[in-house]
Parts: sequence; C-alpha cells; structure tokens
Amino acid sequence: MAGHDATIQGHGVGAHSGTEDSADHSHEHPGERTYINVAIILSIVTAVEVAIYYIEGLRDFLVPMLIVLSVAKFAAVIGYFMHLKFDNRLFRWMFLAGLLLTASVVLALLAMFWTHGYFWQNVPES
Amino acid sequence: MATAIEVQTAHGSGHGQADAHDHAEHPPTSTGLDHRKLLMWAFLASDCMFFGSLIATYMTYRGRSEELQMPPYPSEIFDIPYTSVSAFVLLMSSLTMVLALAAIQKGNVRGLRIWLTATALLGAVFVGGQFFEFTAFYHEGLSLQTNMFGASFYVLTGFHGAHVTIGIIWLLSLVFVSLRGGFAAKDSLTIEIAGLYWHFVDIVWIVIFTLVYLIPYEEVEGGEAVHEAGQMLSTIGGQFAAIGGLW
Repeated sequence: MAGHDATIQGHGVGAHSGTEDSADHSHEHPGERTYINVAIILSIVTAVEVAIYYIEGLRDFLVPMLIVLSVAKFAAVIGYFMHLKFDNRLFRWMFLAGLLLTASVVLALLAMFWTHGYFWQNVPES
Repeated sequence: MATAIEVQTAHGSGHGQADAHDHAEHPPTSTGLDHRKLLMWAFLASDCMFFGSLIATYMTYRGRSEELQMPPYPSEIFDIPYTSVSAFVLLMSSLTMVLALAAIQKGNVRGLRIWLTATALLGAVFVGGQFFEFTAFYHEGLSLQTNMFGASFYVLTGFHGAHVTIGIIWLLSLVFVSLRGGFAAKDSLTIEIAGLYWHFVDIVWIVIFTLVYLIPYEEVEGGEAVHEAGQMLSTIGGQFAAIGGLW
C-alpha cells in the first residue's frame, strides 16, 4: 500500500491518467537532476552578480544588469523549486497577483517621493 | 479504504475532486486543489505585500543618511563578500529543501530527514551570519535609532531573519515528526507546503541582496539634497536606455 501511495503522491498523473487532472499534483515535478542543475545555475548567477559589482567598467550598466539577474534567479526559484511552472495555474495567478500589486505599490511610492520630495523638505519655515 | 474512482462516484465529481491522495485525509474541494496548499500560496502572496512595504520604505530612505550626514553609511559598513556567502548558503538551502521533497515523494523517509536537517542547518548558518553582521554593525555605531538607514535596514532584514527562524523551527518540527514515524510518501504535501514557505524566504533574500547590498550607493557631497528615490529610478531608466541603445 505504501508503494501505491508513493506513486499517487509523488506523481499524481501516473495514478490518474485519464481522470481529471486539476489536482495539486496534476503535473510531473522535475527530478533531482533538474533541481541540482537549477541550483548550479543559481550559484553561477550569484557569482556573476558579485563579480560585476566589482568591475568598474560595468558601473554604467550595473543596476539594470543586477536587476535582470535577480529577476532570473527569482523566476528560477519560483518556477522550478516552488513548481509554479508545473503546478495548477490558479497558484501561479494567485502569486503573480500579489507580486504585481507589490511591485505597483513599491514603484508608486518611489515615484511619489520622486515627484513630491520628502516630508521634511516641504515643512514651511516658521 | 475507498479508491479514487469510488470517491469520484460518491461525489458525482466532474471537477477533479477525486485526487487519490486526498481521499483519506482531505475532503474534495470546489477547486480540486488542496486547501492547505492554496492557503499557503494566498499567504505568500500577502507576504509579498509585507516585504514589499518594507523594501519600499528602505528604498525611499536610501541615501537619506548621507544627505543628512548621519553616519555610519551603508557604503562604509557593508561587507559584500560576507553577505554573498550568506546569500549562497540560503540558496543552497533551497536545493536541500527541494531534495527533501523529492525524497519523500519516493517514500524515502531517511532521505527526507537528512535533507530537512541539512536545510535547517543551512538556515541556522544564515541566521547566525545575520546575527554576527548585526552585532558588527552595532559595534560600528549603527543601531535602530542612529539614522534612517539603520531603522529601515534592521527592520527589513530583521523581519526576514525572523521568517527564516520560523522556517527553521518548522523544519525541525517536521524532522521530529518523521523520527516518530509520522511521515510516509502520502504526506508529501505537508513537506511541499513547508518547502513553499522556505523557498519564499529565499526569493525575498534574492531581492534584498540586490536592492540593499549590491546596488551601489551614490556619493553625496556636503549634505546636498538629493532625491535618492527619484535618482534611483532615473538611473535605472537611463541605464536600461543605454543598454537598449547599444543593441
């Protein structure tokens, strides 16, 4: 029975081929080899991030390069380690909605301070 | 024990409620998804807002201490190689966490225990490193009350450290349960949910590492008023435009 459970838990589709597959494990999760490959890529990207931080010649492009690299790391972790790439779409949309709202609030806040300055700069002199 | 087909028939389900692993412990749901996992994703989405507000606060105050000439400044006290190692440790803990999940999905409880313990240890190394970093900063004169940098930095990274600590306790409790024989392959969802939380803590650090540590701090001369937030946006926009121009 344990073996049967192992099959249906880890690989829902295998146990349910032909039935509805909207359940949590409706798609295969990647195996250990994929996880290790992703971890190696993440390590390399982190090393690149730190390396370019010290390269003076890249200073003009440093910020966008760092942002692109960190977004790539972020996407790799949520896609492979958190299985968003393989899981039900509802999970993906639920998380992305929160992420989008967060990004909007952060950018709006920065833009607001950019436009209106800081509160102590707008205090009228007595 | 009822089979999946029996459960399906009993509920007249046409929406995938009959996922086999649910029938023993979890009733069918309207979405066909396990409520615990759905709830964890909802929590993580809301936690994005929590950290987003802290990150926005930090970014808003970025450069204020230099402008107001209230040292110590981040450029003086940050130790990038040290923090890079911490970031690498947390990244590797995500690998061990997902290997724990892969182990239990195959019914390998011993592997689960080993990888969960490794994840908790790596997390402890990270938190220990953060404690050491905070102590070093404090001895250099940076406290919560020193300046805006200190306040926003400690609150942001401190809350992240608290999340990691909660994760470690969670992982160790799972190890404890597994030692008492409480896990089999059918319980992999319990590990997966803990893993979601752990990976989330990792991705938050990916963002913090870049925005707080790696993006260089502007030199401010003589306390001249500089709108750092606006400067940051225009710098990013300008650099992206420069890259676009090169292509």
